[in-house]
Amino acid sequence: MSIQEMTREAVAAAVLEELTNVAPDLAGEDIPEDADLRDEFDLDSMDFLNWITALHNRFGIDIPELDYPKLSTIGKAADYLGRG
Amino acid sequence: MSDLYRMPSLGSDMESATLIEWCKQPGERLAKDDVIAVVETQKGAIEIEVFHDAVMGKPLIEVGETVPVGAAMAELEGIGDGIEQAPSPPVEPPAPSGRRRASPAARRLAEARGIGLERLRGSGPEGAIRLEDVQRAVQAQAPKAPLPPDSKGTGLGMAAMRQAIAAAMSRSKREIPHYYLSHDIDLTRATQWLGAHNAELPPDRRILMAALFIKAVALTLRKFPELNGFDRDGQFEPSKAIHVGSATAIRGGGLVAPAIHDADQLELGPLMDKLRDLVARVRRGGLRASELSDPTVTVSSLGERGVDRLYGVIYPPQVAIVGFGTPELRPRVVEGEITPRTLVTATLAADHRHSDGHRGGLFLAKLAARLQEPETL
Amino acid sequence: MSAEMIQTSYREALREGIRDALKRDARVFLMGEDVGRYGGCYAVSKGLYDEFGPERIRDTPLSECGFTGAGIGAAMGGMRPIVEIMTVNFSLLALDQIVNNAATLRHMSGGQFNIPLVIRMACGAGKQLAAQHSHSLEGWYAHIPGIKVLAPATLEDARGMLWTALEDPDPVVIFEHVMLYNRTGQLAADAGPVPIEGAAVRLEGTDLSLVTYGGCLFKTLEAAGQLAAEDISAEVIDLRCLRPLDDATLMTSVAKTHRAVIISEEWRSGSLAAEVSARIMEQAFWDLDAPVGRLCTAEVPIPYPKHLEDAALPQVSAIVDAAKAVLNR
Repeated sequence: MSIQEMTREAVAAAVLEELTNVAPDLAGEDIPEDADLRDEFDLDSMDFLNWITALHNRFGIDIPELDYPKLSTIGKAADYLGRG
Repeated sequence: MSDLYRMPSLGSDMESATLIEWCKQPGERLAKDDVIAVVETQKGAIEIEVFHDAVMGKPLIEVGETVPVGAAMAELEGIGDGIEQAPSPPVEPPAPSGRRRASPAARRLAEARGIGLERLRGSGPEGAIRLEDVQRAVQAQAPKAPLPPDSKGTGLGMAAMRQAIAAAMSRSKREIPHYYLSHDIDLTRATQWLGAHNAELPPDRRILMAALFIKAVALTLRKFPELNGFDRDGQFEPSKAIHVGSATAIRGGGLVAPAIHDADQLELGPLMDKLRDLVARVRRGGLRASELSDPTVTVSSLGERGVDRLYGVIYPPQVAIVGFGTPELRPRVVEGEITPRTLVTATLAADHRHSDGHRGGLFLAKLAARLQEPETL
Repeated sequence: MSAEMIQTSYREALREGIRDALKRDARVFLMGEDVGRYGGCYAVSKGLYDEFGPERIRDTPLSECGFTGAGIGAAMGGMRPIVEIMTVNFSLLALDQIVNNAATLRHMSGGQFNIPLVIRMACGAGKQLAAQHSHSLEGWYAHIPGIKVLAPATLEDARGMLWTALEDPDPVVIFEHVMLYNRTGQLAADAGPVPIEGAAVRLEGTDLSLVTYGGCLFKTLEAAGQLAAEDISAEVIDLRCLRPLDDATLMTSVAKTHRAVIISEEWRSGSLAAEVSARIMEQAFWDLDAPVGRLCTAEVPIPYPKHLEDAALPQVSAIVDAAKAVLNR
């Protein structure tokens, strides 16, 4: 399924799934869509890069470094990716 | 030729570890550096490796058993014989037989501490478990007892790790006369170079500034052998190899500093891959013994959290730790003009028994120069 | 403790205890076979006949039943008699008086009569006195409710137990091991009465408890010294009072060391050592890290030849071995 065919909820769920893949110690945490991942969940630059890598591989969407601030929460990342 | 595989030491603060699983079965061939077993230590679940080509022989301890560093864990066959020799037949573990013999005192302590007698080896007559057998197991698990087991599945017991850090850092501050230096390094060029480099690459090949720091420190250390090696009872033992321990914080508390081996000889790309792999294994478990015991120096980067600078505590028996604060735009006077530049404050904490501030200062200056030529890293 | 110490012997310390009692209380007198003119079979009362006269140091006929009974009668009549029975072997002739009368009369009289009697007797082997003169039957006496049983081993206890025993309203039996009489050492010049209850920790240790009394105490202390040389820290407990037993001291020690060996010169079967072992099992089972060990005399009539007598009795090397056995070493 391409990302254009997915609901926003499905995208958000996939984004969260990739996050807990790269940071398994966050599995089971309640991560609100609007929570800042770096500030509230202590995601470091390596975790963040691994997450971006996973999202890139899953959806085939290019995410340049300059856009990193647009993916600071699960919700923002889902919106960013949903735009294709 | 046969030999014994013994519990390796993963650091000066390690006394014992508990076998979690055998990764090799009797009769299986082992190549040097193969993972033979996973053990639980204060630093979490660690994969331990063999040091020679050999054939796995009879296991001498059982899963769940806690043994001190140096204790025989398994027999190894065929060391130095070439690998073509016939593997030894698998050895059946002894059949469990009814109720374990244990002294009343041993039984009481085991029950109080929630230690299963079945996983202990008895040192008494006919294998009876004595009090000291249980006490050893208690000692191994003691730090974890007061806290619930780690629930995040990282394989890292937080309380145990806290205790390991406490022991190492207390020893460091007790025994090592630290001196501290700091130096502001202009990262403007490095930042620009890195941005341009990453812009052309997919995320999985992008490089973080942390990798540049590690590579620059490793290269600079080649000229400063007194900062790279170990203190052995007050004598300095320099290391030819430069294995940089990369301090990695664990969410919820604690940290480990696994080694990037021969960091000075790695291209940035492979170094970044190693760093990525290490962080991933810190998160989900699977660090190797050699990665924890090998670092000859440590690099700690607290830039993530916005601190200006950090003064490190040396991890014994190492003799130096290099710290990096947050790279950020700050005013700087360049050729008489106040200019915004990306600066990072680098610090050095080093063992004054083995080096002096003058050399430490030169080290930081050379490090700064290195980082002005990111393309050479 | 007084700064001034005197060199003395177990025998002299006993004599001083008797002399002190005779001086303190006019109701006290000593009687027994050859205690007067001869000065006592083991010379404990030597010189007391001349000092205190025939009224208070009384030679008796060779009838243990008779003079022990006389002692009981005197005690009932208000005196404070010390009856010396030459050895525990001959005390068997007085068992009826001791077990049936002395131990029971307070009970049988509904509390109207008590028997403030002290019976001293020599016991034990080691002097090549053969099977009829070497018994260790203190465990038999310790079996009997209504009497107290003491086993002084040190100079302090030899000197101080008698007066406290005489003050006790009930019969007290004191066992003096024959191998201790010649033992010499330093004793405080002003040493006096000591309690007649409670065991004493003679040496503190952490690895195992060696429980003993009387004639085996010094063998045990010597063994503890040898064990210390091998890095084994033995605690040595001197029971002192065989009835009543001081359970608290025993259990405190076992709770610390988790291992115990009892050393006594009795035969093992039905011994006081068995009683101590059983109590440790009952009260300190969960503290034990090894079965309680016992080292007793071989279950044979005590042999006359020196080498066989030595072989039959608990010796230092055997104590060391028994201690190592419970340590699995």
